[in-house]
Amino acid sequence: MEDVIARMQDEKNGIPIRTVKSFLSKIPSVFSGSDIVQWLLKNLCIEDQAHGYFFPISDHVLTLKDDGTFYRFQTPYFWPSNCWEPENTDYAVYLCKRTMQNKARLELADYEAESLARLQRAFARKWEFIFMQAEAQAKVDKKRDKIERKILDSQERAFWDVHRPVPGCVNTTEVDIKKSSRMKNPHKTRKSVYGLQNDIRSHSPTHTPAPEAKQPTEEELREQIKFWQAQLDRHRLKMSKVAESLLSYTEQYSDYDPFLSTPDPSNPWISDDTTLWEMEASKEPGQTRVRRWGFGIDEVLKDPVGREQFLKFLESEFSSENLRFWLAVQELKRRPIREVPTRVQEIWEEFLAPGAPSAINVDSKSYDKTTQNVKDPGRYAFEDAQEHIYKLMKSDSYSRFIRSSAYQELLQAKKKVKHFK
Amino acid sequence: MGEMEQLRKEAESLKDDITAARKAVQDLTLQDHVAGTAVVGRVQLKTRKTLRGHLAKIYAMHWGTDSKLCVSASQDGKLIVWDSYTTNKVHAIPLKSSWVMTCSYAPSGNMVACGGLDNMCSIYNLKGKDGNVKVMRELAAHTGYLSCCRFLNDNEIITSSGDCTCVLWDIETGSQKTVFAGHLGDCMSLGVAPDFNTFISGACDFTAKLWDIRDGQCRQTFGGHESDINAIGFFPNGNAVITGSDDASCKLYDLRSDQELITYQDSSIMCGVTSIAPSLSGRLILAGYDDFNCNIWDSLKAERVGVLSGHDNRVSCIGVTPDGMACCTGSWDSFLKIWN
Repeated sequence: MEDVIARMQDEKNGIPIRTVKSFLSKIPSVFSGSDIVQWLLKNLCIEDQAHGYFFPISDHVLTLKDDGTFYRFQTPYFWPSNCWEPENTDYAVYLCKRTMQNKARLELADYEAESLARLQRAFARKWEFIFMQAEAQAKVDKKRDKIERKILDSQERAFWDVHRPVPGCVNTTEVDIKKSSRMKNPHKTRKSVYGLQNDIRSHSPTHTPAPEAKQPTEEELREQIKFWQAQLDRHRLKMSKVAESLLSYTEQYSDYDPFLSTPDPSNPWISDDTTLWEMEASKEPGQTRVRRWGFGIDEVLKDPVGREQFLKFLESEFSSENLRFWLAVQELKRRPIREVPTRVQEIWEEFLAPGAPSAINVDSKSYDKTTQNVKDPGRYAFEDAQEHIYKLMKSDSYSRFIRSSAYQELLQAKKKVKHFK
Repeated sequence: MGEMEQLRKEAESLKDDITAARKAVQDLTLQDHVAGTAVVGRVQLKTRKTLRGHLAKIYAMHWGTDSKLCVSASQDGKLIVWDSYTTNKVHAIPLKSSWVMTCSYAPSGNMVACGGLDNMCSIYNLKGKDGNVKVMRELAAHTGYLSCCRFLNDNEIITSSGDCTCVLWDIETGSQKTVFAGHLGDCMSLGVAPDFNTFISGACDFTAKLWDIRDGQCRQTFGGHESDINAIGFFPNGNAVITGSDDASCKLYDLRSDQELITYQDSSIMCGVTSIAPSLSGRLILAGYDDFNCNIWDSLKAERVGVLSGHDNRVSCIGVTPDGMACCTGSWDSFLKIWN
C-alpha cells in the first residue's frame, strides 16, 4: 500500500497536488477526486480503496468520488498500516480540543457531540486530566502556521473518521475478536496517539499469543505413528459408491426439503398458516410422514409417533424387548450422573440378568463385556449390547414392521391410528 | 540414523501411504458421477422476518429443536431467546462478560449456553421455578477463548476452544469428562453427528477432525484447506462433513472414503467463510461470508445457485431449522433475518 501511495505522491508522475483558490481562502495541498481516479486507472489495474491514506477535505465519509471533490494525502504518522488502536481517552482529548478552537469549521458534528457527552460521563473522574491535555494541544496548535494547521487539522480529523466512523459507515478497522488474538501483526500500536500516559485499561479484548508449534517428542512421535497406522488400516469406501449414496440420499429427501419442494399444505413462514406445524404436533401421522419411516430404521426411531407405532407392532408380536432395551439405554445416557448406577442395575435386572423378565439375546462377547461394565456402572455400560441389538432390530424387527399390514395401512391412510396408552 | 530421525521418517512414509490409499479408491469423482444430473434451479429466498433488539454485533445463533425458538448472542452482552415466528423476545439474558462468541440451545429446550473471551461456558436454566433465568453452571477449565459449544443433552455439553482442545463436560458436576486434544491450532467450530456418537471440529491448523465421544479418540483427520477453518457441520446423512474457511472456499469431506469430495469456490469470491449450514436434504449448502452476503451452493454440482443479500455488515452465523422450513442469518449489523 505504501508503495502505491509513494507513487501517487511522486512529483513527476504522481497526482498533481496544488493549492486551490476558493472563495476567500486558499485550500492547500489538494487534488480532485477525478484526478486520482484517472491516475488509478492509468497506473494500476485495480480500483483500490485506499481507506485512510487520503481523504476528502470536507466530508466525514471517506469514500472516493469520481468528481471535482478535493482530497488530501494522510500524513504517514496516521497511516492505517501503523496498526493504531486508539483509545477512547485519545478520542476524548481530540473532541475536547475541538471545542476549544473557536472556529466555525471545527465545530463538532452531532454524532461527535454525542460521543463527547458519553465520554465525559465515562471518564468523569479523569476529565480534569483530559481537559488539561486538550488545552495543552490547543495552545501548541495556535502557534502553528495557518496553512500548516489547516492541513494537520484535516489529517487528524480523517484519522478519527477511520477509527471512530460516522454512524452508518462500516468501521473498516473492526476485527473479529476470534482472530484478533492471532493476528499476524501482533504489534498493534497500543500507545496513545497523543503520547498520553494511559492508565485506563483498554476496552479491547485481551490478546493471547498463538501457541508455538513445538517439535514433537519421541513419545509424541510414537503416538503419531500409531495414529497414522490405524488410519492406514481403515477401510475406505470407493468414491463411486459414496457419490451414488450422496445422490440417492439428496434425491430421497428432496421431497422433504422445503427449499426444494413446497411443503404440504404450506410453509408457515410464507403463508402465515401454521397448519403444517399443528399436523406435525398431532399424533395423527400424515402419509408423507409415514412414508419417511420407510427410509430407514433411524427415521422411525427419530419420530416419537414412529417409535410408538413400532413399539405397538412389536408388542403385538410379543417381541418388544429389543426396542424397549434400546430405548431404555438411550434414556440412561441422558440421565444425571448420580442416577446412573441405580438405573444401570434396573436395566440389567430387566433385560440381561439370568431369569430377566424381558430377556434379550446378545452375543456372548457383548454379554461378557456388559457383565464387567455393570460392576462399575457408567453411562456407556450397555454400549456394546445396544449396538448389537440395534443391528438386530435393523435387519429383523424393522423390516417386519415395514412389511406389516399395520404399517401399510397407515401408509395408504386406510385406517385411523390407534393410540397406545 | 538416530532414533528420532527414524521415527520421523516412519511417520512421513505412513502419511504418504495414506495419501496413496485415498487415491486408490478414487475410481470416479463426484463431478463425474453427477454429470448427468441437472443443477438445482435458481434458489431465491426472501427475508420473512427480521429480529431486531441487539445493540451490537451478533456473533452466534442456534435453533431450538422445535424450529421456532432460537437463541442469539451479541457483543452488547446479551443472550436473547426469540420466538422467531412472532419475532417476540422470550428471554433477554444479561451476561457477565460481553465478549461472547458462541451460544447453544439444548435439545430439550430447558437450557442455553454461551461463552467467549472469558474462557468459560456458562449454562443458563430457562425453566427455573420462579421464572427467572439464572446461571446454572460455569464450566471453567479452558485456557483459551470458547469458540463454540453444543449440548448433547441436559447433562452433557461439548465445547471447542482457542486453547486447541475440545472438551466434553458433565454439567451437573461441572467437571471435564473427556478432553479431545490433537489440533495444532485454535479450535474454531464444532458439529455433533446426527447419532450423537461422534463430533467434528475445525481449527486454525487448517484441518478438521472427527472424534469418538465415548473414548475420546480422534478417528479421522481431513486437510486441504489453505487457511483457518471457521465453520463446520455434518451433512444430514451423518456420513459427510462440510467446512468453511478463510481461504474463501467450502469443502465436502466424506467419512467413509476418508477424503475430500469437492470444493465450493469461485474466482469472484475472495473473502473468508464465517458460517455454514446444509438444507434438510443436503442438496443445498448455505454459507455466510465476510462480504456481507450468503451464498447458496448446489452441494453435488458445486455451483452457486443463489445469494442472500440484505445485511449491512458481515454475516457471522447461519442456521437451518431442524424441520428445514427456514434459515436464519445473524450479522455484525445487529440483526437476525429469517429466510426461505
